[in-house]
Amino acid sequence: MSLLETKTAEQQAQGHPIVNDFSIVAATVNGSGSQTANGVILRALFKMGIPVSGKNLFPSNIKGLPTWYWIRVSKDGYLGRQEHPAVLVAMNMATVAEDVAGVVPGGVVFYPDDWRIEFGRDDLVFYPMPVKSLLKDVDVAPRLRDYIENMVYVGAVAAVLGIPLEYIREAVSFFLGGKEKAIKLNMDVVEAAYRHFREHLPKRDLYSVEPMDKTDGLILIDGNTAGALGAVFGGVSVVAWYPITPSTSLIDALRDYLALLRRDPETGKATYAIVQAEDELSAVGIVLGAGWAGARSMTATSGPGISLMAEYAGLGYSAELPGVIWDVQRVGPSTGLPTRTSQADLMFVYFLSHGDTRHVVLLPGNMEECFEFGWRAFDLTEYLQTPVFVLSDLDLGMNIWMSRKFDYPDEPINRGKVLTKEDLDRIQSFARYKDVDQDGIGYRTLPGTDHPMAAYFTRGTGHDEYANYSERPEDYFENARRLLRKHNTARKIVPKPVIEHDGCREAIVCYGSVEPAIVEARDILRDRYGREYDYMRIRALPLSPEVFDFVAAHDRIYVVENNMEGQLRQIMMIEMPEHAARMVSVAHLDGLPLTANFVVEGVLEQEGK
Amino acid sequence: MGVVRTTNAIGLTKADYGGRKSTLCPGCGHNSISNQIITAAYELGINPHTVVKMSGIGCSSKSPAYFLSRSHGFNGLHGRMPSAATGAVLANRHLTAIGVSGDGDTGSIGLGQFKHMVRRNLPIVYIVENNGVYGLTKGQFSATADLGQTIKKIGTNDLPPIDICLEALAADATFVARSFSGSVKEVVELLKAALHHNGTAVLDIISPCVTFNNSPDSTKSFAYGKEHANPLHDITFIPLADEIILDDYEEAEADGKKPREVQLHDGTWIRLRPLAMDYDPTDKMAAMRVLEEAHLRQELLTGLIYYDNSRPTMIDSLQIVDTPLALLSEAQMRPSREALERVMASL
Repeated sequence: MSLLETKTAEQQAQGHPIVNDFSIVAATVNGSGSQTANGVILRALFKMGIPVSGKNLFPSNIKGLPTWYWIRVSKDGYLGRQEHPAVLVAMNMATVAEDVAGVVPGGVVFYPDDWRIEFGRDDLVFYPMPVKSLLKDVDVAPRLRDYIENMVYVGAVAAVLGIPLEYIREAVSFFLGGKEKAIKLNMDVVEAAYRHFREHLPKRDLYSVEPMDKTDGLILIDGNTAGALGAVFGGVSVVAWYPITPSTSLIDALRDYLALLRRDPETGKATYAIVQAEDELSAVGIVLGAGWAGARSMTATSGPGISLMAEYAGLGYSAELPGVIWDVQRVGPSTGLPTRTSQADLMFVYFLSHGDTRHVVLLPGNMEECFEFGWRAFDLTEYLQTPVFVLSDLDLGMNIWMSRKFDYPDEPINRGKVLTKEDLDRIQSFARYKDVDQDGIGYRTLPGTDHPMAAYFTRGTGHDEYANYSERPEDYFENARRLLRKHNTARKIVPKPVIEHDGCREAIVCYGSVEPAIVEARDILRDRYGREYDYMRIRALPLSPEVFDFVAAHDRIYVVENNMEGQLRQIMMIEMPEHAARMVSVAHLDGLPLTANFVVEGVLEQEGK
Repeated sequence: MGVVRTTNAIGLTKADYGGRKSTLCPGCGHNSISNQIITAAYELGINPHTVVKMSGIGCSSKSPAYFLSRSHGFNGLHGRMPSAATGAVLANRHLTAIGVSGDGDTGSIGLGQFKHMVRRNLPIVYIVENNGVYGLTKGQFSATADLGQTIKKIGTNDLPPIDICLEALAADATFVARSFSGSVKEVVELLKAALHHNGTAVLDIISPCVTFNNSPDSTKSFAYGKEHANPLHDITFIPLADEIILDDYEEAEADGKKPREVQLHDGTWIRLRPLAMDYDPTDKMAAMRVLEEAHLRQELLTGLIYYDNSRPTMIDSLQIVDTPLALLSEAQMRPSREALERVMASL
């Protein structure tokens, strides 16, 4: 049993009620329409002021395979995954044995009362739900029956845990867009189940929820929607993409918000274009072609798409083309686990392409950063004139997180070093790849600039400062050196790490979606083990100077990441070979988000080694 | 006496449309196509800065460096030029895109991007400089090489050729033409028409490789082209300013062959004067048939094979604003603070 669950079990053994501090799992069948039911419970708890997070563990399948929805309820605001739920809603006969086996001692199981099975656990509280008989009294079309069935468990959970019905109603209305008829149909079922439990099934378990005030002014959102919104406020104008889980919903959100926010007020026409390309090769080609011609352009994909984009990534680096590429990481290699999360594309993306290539990679770790990096990526890609990757993952991208409301961009749009016709009138000659400012970034002109000096020949082949073809060794060398100089410029302007430096000798370092697990793990390590660690979350590649300083100031660095080989640690070791020995890998990948428990045990296990 | 500078309608000399010195083999068919692009652009009075030259990889794809130096060029990836061109045109819908590709670039590695570009009807003049052979890697068969053709060191080609024009037609192309790089007038007139077409104009130009594929039995050789090129019609592009000359009609009526005229979306015309047969380039089935027949006869059929100005372009379908997306103002690109507040309130 894990450390956290030991604590819960202790409380349970002593008969203490457990309030606002457990996980709920709804085990259902994919395609049965349970998403609304799960969303309603999550949102109702959130509106009660209780910190929550929602994680959908779904199969690569349209209909029929098992799926689990995890809701973490945490009075302390911990949003990471727990290994075992305290409350199980068992709606899938195919997985019920395994599901029940995973519930913490003293936990709760809801199940349809027509299942004739032995659960084999006498330490749990079982609540049968009269799903069929409750639905008999409700006037519902046969095609909606499966979907509406799920509302029975919403009512049951609300009654037993103590979620007031007005919160459920508000959440149902939110998901059904205020459509009264549909709301009534759903609420009739919810209320029937609620009444049944209140009247016939006295509460026998220790779990409950109570209103708090910890979600005031917060929103619930997923990272793909947050990233899409960021892009909209970053002025994205050309979007090209190819469908792939788990990035597709980012494009869906872009389509919705662009249609809402980016129409010409006079003509009603779009100030953007979205193209579903024939593959990811074409998608990224469209993005870089548009970036070259001066539009803010982006694509979103996942690992297999990134593999296809490798050739264009090299061209983008070499010919210095702007464009934003989101990689919502899933588990690879190859098709891997298409619906599971990982952080295993980091090295591949950083060095994507043959030849000496290093890219700028932004690493958002929460919803606000998905939004912020969503717009900032465009300023960076146009300023640096190189593709900018944003590495999210399925856990950030598709799961539901609480967040502060997003801040409006605090800087005006920066289009970078672009020479206009008027600029060209003022200068004697134009050399596209000349390092005028000694920061590695040349000046460019956009196609269509009405000046005899404006044109240049963009190429992936070797070139001199004037963009002419060149095989001269010194031209190649100087150009490659300038590109490294540019990479070092990027180092200074990409998002700096988040650092909590309290003078500890040891520190935990991570990037991206593993932060919630580490926040919780550091509290456990302090409270239960008396061990304190400084903390740094890296937010971009290349590594900022602050990262080097932080590493130098600590004797031991635990690098926590959701991949097999400790890729962030490897990059840090490449960049800081003199400090390589002090970096310890705490890495794991099985398709699920890391837990606090894993981090605690992983760090403790490495202690003193 | 001073030198008389000849200029076109916008006051540029032909030299203003020139490029760098070609590094292709002397006598390469691609060089004459470059010259014909220069002639067409000069005679039409196109502003070079409004043109983008897009290309992939290969001998053909090097050639945009050898014409229109005042136009931006983009020499990208093998077979992936259509996507980069799509992005460029989406970013600035007022650019005139000239794509230059080869038979390897279009017929093999890039067949997918080629067909999807055609299917989208991206506004672009897409030239395939087709020589049936890989030159830069020293003489391998390409996908358009003839069945049974023999190249020393490589052997005999046992696969049927891909016909670029048929592929274009199958993808619902709106402008399909074939010519021979040695047929100067025809190539120039087709280029002019293509430059005025609103949509993808596919020009499959047989362009002999003097080094690797010029033996007289190859359908991509000079000798074969000269011998077997069979124009469907005598083609003339008529710009808006020019009047239709009645003499033509009289002359045509006298010999019983009335010219067929096709109007382009911008009001210009293409006049096709029938030669061996009276051919209707708006009949897609006929286009497919003549291509198959020419293939059977090992004949190089040239001219405007198909034309359709009814299909919307990609730009039309997307319903985007007239201002190039590359040149939107900050106010057009970034929604207001209030808009963000509304979105936040809705979550």
